[in-house]
Amino acid sequence: MWLAIAVGCVGCFALKFVGYSLPRRVIEQPVVKHIAELLPVALLTALIATQTFTTGHHLQLDARAAGLVAAAIAVRLRAPFLVVVAAACVVTALVRVVA
Amino acid sequence: MSDADDLAADAEPDAELRLEPIWPATRRGVLRDAAGVGLATGAYGLSFGAISSAAGLSVLQTCVLSLVMFTGGSQFAMVGVIGGGGAAMTGAATAVMLGARNAFYAVRMAGVLDVRGWRRPAAAQLTIDESTAMAVARATARSSKLAFWATGSSVYVWWNLATLIGALSANALSNPRVLGLDAAAPAAFLALMSPRLRSREPWVVALTAAAVALISVPFVPTGVPVLFAAGIAVIGGVRPVHDASHDANPDANPDKDAR
Repeated sequence: MWLAIAVGCVGCFALKFVGYSLPRRVIEQPVVKHIAELLPVALLTALIATQTFTTGHHLQLDARAAGLVAAAIAVRLRAPFLVVVAAACVVTALVRVVA
Repeated sequence: MSDADDLAADAEPDAELRLEPIWPATRRGVLRDAAGVGLATGAYGLSFGAISSAAGLSVLQTCVLSLVMFTGGSQFAMVGVIGGGGAAMTGAATAVMLGARNAFYAVRMAGVLDVRGWRRPAAAQLTIDESTAMAVARATARSSKLAFWATGSSVYVWWNLATLIGALSANALSNPRVLGLDAAAPAAFLALMSPRLRSREPWVVALTAAAVALISVPFVPTGVPVLFAAGIAVIGGVRPVHDASHDANPDANPDKDAR
């Protein structure tokens, strides 16, 4: 775990530092920029999908899905970050209690 | 530093005085905004600390991530992958890929800050969504610099304090699932990602990535489906860059996402 933490930290810092050290034109290639814009969207949706609809190696639909719907509604209503997260937790917990 | 550099540095504030005749007021505004943004990110920090603890990281490991990695999306992703049962290294790889955007922020800030020596790594560490956004929103180099350093430091302090509190509180819970804490990370990702879904292309990439990830879950080690999703972003990124929004695609649905 500690090794992974070190690798992640070094990698993230290197990316920040490289922007201050490399000439602008090296980094600001249109293709590189385009990929960098799409990466967060792809990674975050994949994380949302796998963490909401899978358990281990199985697809599973459970209380977490209700939590995600609640979060989506909160986002849509432009609720603050903490409210979005809390809504998901509360709804998930309630569905578990009821189910 | 040469004399010429000193002169340039001295001349700059005078030149900017004409643009910002009331520097003390501007300064107060920048500092107030920085404090506000710092407090607001404290809320993210609380949830990060709690989610990280729920994922099985120790309080120390959680705090080291906030102190050293210090880039929220990457931290959430790393503990998210680990919490989902993925290998820690897969989590680290996901975190680094999410941190790629900071390199572009750094390019932008390098032109504004002109940092050398020990200030360069310090500036690099503070280069995140919030500090960059606050800096580029300012009209002059002087207020941009102040906004960057003030916002970066303010977020750093609150983010780390909140992480510690969040980690300690979640650590005190015996079973985080009872409070629905396992739904917290996806909700956090959704909130972080939603501002990016403004046009058709990110929607297509997002839905494809989610589908690919879910389809591959039964067949590959945990955490790897998320790396496949990165492949979708790369494929989407190397496609012809000519203005995608004007692509004449007969199958394109009539822009139901355009709001």
